[in-house]
Amino acid sequence: MMSQILEAAFISGLIGAMMRMATPIIFATLGEILAERSGVLNLGIEGIMLMGAMTGFLVSISTGSLWFGVLMAALVGMALGLLMAFLSVHLGLSQHVSGLGITLFSAGLAMFIYRLHFGSPTVPPTVEPFHQVAIPLLSEIPIIGSGLFKQYTLTYIAWLLVPAISILLYKTKVGLKIRTVGENPIVADTVGVNVTLTRTLCLVAGGALMGIGGAFLTLAHQNMFLIDVIGGRGWVAIAMVIFGNWDPVKGMLGALIFGCLDGLQLRLQGLGIKLSFHLFLMIPYLLTIVALVSVSRKASVPAGLLKPYRREEKGS
Amino acid sequence: MRLRIVKRQPLPGWARIVIPIAAVVATLILSAIPILIAGGELWKSYFYLFYGALGTRFNLLETFVKASPLLLTGLAVAFAFRAKFWNIGAEGQLLAGALTATALGISLAGLPSFMVLPTVLVGGFLAGGLWAFIPAILKTKLKVDDVVSSLLLNYVMVHIMGALLFGPLQQPGSSWPRSSEIIAAAKYPILMPRSRFHLGILIALLAVLVVWFINNKTTFGYQNKAVGVNLRAARFGGIHTNAVILWTALISGGLAGLAGVGELCALQYRLIMDISPGYGYSGIVIAMLGNLHPVGVLFSSLFFSIIIVGAQTMSRMTGVPVYIAEVIQGMALMIMLIFLLFTEYRVKVVRK
Repeated sequence: MMSQILEAAFISGLIGAMMRMATPIIFATLGEILAERSGVLNLGIEGIMLMGAMTGFLVSISTGSLWFGVLMAALVGMALGLLMAFLSVHLGLSQHVSGLGITLFSAGLAMFIYRLHFGSPTVPPTVEPFHQVAIPLLSEIPIIGSGLFKQYTLTYIAWLLVPAISILLYKTKVGLKIRTVGENPIVADTVGVNVTLTRTLCLVAGGALMGIGGAFLTLAHQNMFLIDVIGGRGWVAIAMVIFGNWDPVKGMLGALIFGCLDGLQLRLQGLGIKLSFHLFLMIPYLLTIVALVSVSRKASVPAGLLKPYRREEKGS
Repeated sequence: MRLRIVKRQPLPGWARIVIPIAAVVATLILSAIPILIAGGELWKSYFYLFYGALGTRFNLLETFVKASPLLLTGLAVAFAFRAKFWNIGAEGQLLAGALTATALGISLAGLPSFMVLPTVLVGGFLAGGLWAFIPAILKTKLKVDDVVSSLLLNYVMVHIMGALLFGPLQQPGSSWPRSSEIIAAAKYPILMPRSRFHLGILIALLAVLVVWFINNKTTFGYQNKAVGVNLRAARFGGIHTNAVILWTALISGGLAGLAGVGELCALQYRLIMDISPGYGYSGIVIAMLGNLHPVGVLFSSLFFSIIIVGAQTMSRMTGVPVYIAEVIQGMALMIMLIFLLFTEYRVKVVRK
């Protein structure tokens, strides 16, 4: 059995699965990092991803264009991000409860619209999903090549977004504004940064990424929409943000660990190893709780997180 | 011209009653949008929504059956939120209760039968309470954010349940993730013939009284509120705030655990993966809509069970998908949030 696990085909398959399973988490984690860096915890993420998954699927099946589906999923994500901004930034309502409200609402809406459009067929409708695209030469590297470089275009995009958002946050003026708003909105306001606008834009952009992450699940990872298609991946992303210390690169590493465990449990089951996959799937959550403990001792949490900013109450 | 949000004087007591009612009315009015989009005739849909929940004896009693877990999780969340212990983990605590009730309900055959149900109830309460204890300990001792930790623990519990249902708790000979049936002595008695109106409904109503009593008549209830209003002031006032939060968590999780016991011992009799369609999350909506007051929670849990039970009939008669119930829940939470804002603030139009 060990020999089977160490076989090249197994390892290369595992790398491929890890990359695939990590993709939606990377999108969602990046979206959440944008929101939280600006000072808003977006617990709407699970629902936004489900709406993205449903929208992407519905639009693709109706128009025949997968990319149009992805685009619409992003737009729906943006709209829900805007709704979150209206509740938590403009009205200054509790971020926790607003986010949960968005999740409950959009999860309900996603299932409502799906049922409305497709009824309840015995065989769920399917879409011809995205194909993997092999990068010439790189994909021919033995063992790791096909896993890393024969992937979905969306997976490559997710990988490119990691450095892009890192640069945005740490190397640009916009990023400095976002971080200032997240750390200390009063200071940001004093130096002339529009707190409300910055937070709104971050939530909208983050919503787009969450929507795309959801759409990946119905248009690439699977080819159909099931009610539990997200299955807590949004909460995993929340966890990865903390695990990764609000840093895109570390968040991506967290997503890869999750992808690896997810891929590993499928493959070990395939080999007939009687190991409870539930115990396996518990690991990322437990790891995150441990990470939460260590994070709480450091000061890496954006200091303005969870604090609504009302200019009128600056003094209080 | 822009809008400004200004703090206002505290509203009179009647507003606390009027605002949730206004939120319910607004939610029902806004529900017209998804109903119309789904092509449902408006008045017919509303009629079947309420007729389906209240119109016949059986449906009315079903509405109470549905309300019982919602009431317990609603109370659980409300009691925790009152102390600003952000327990989002009622779902996991419910499952912990159901899981423990299963384990006890299968294995207690040797016990005198009158002792079985009390043991199951106490076991389920403690299991839920202890599961809520974890985020409370993490919050008080290690300053870990309770929202995220209690939320994540829901999934840990789902996977613990999965591991057990595919392992030691799996019904011998079954390939499905389900347990054996609990013994007869562990089942809740049905209190009304030709219905599923069971003991758990009385337990839930009793819990309303108990929570009301704790809140209003005990020192602990006062401390729980003081911690929620101002943690630091409570500490300076000599309250052991950490102990209060831990006890709050135990009671809150215990109430959610009882919801799980009820679902198992009154309806399913055997543990399955989808024993709860998200009652723990609905509890958050119910607690908010009930303004964290036990009587408010009673009414809001009845409102949502009407929606959930009625949506089935409405769906059958008008073709509006049954998931309208979930859409309405989400809308209700957001509307109530916005309305609550007006109890503390008012919106002023400022002309520039």
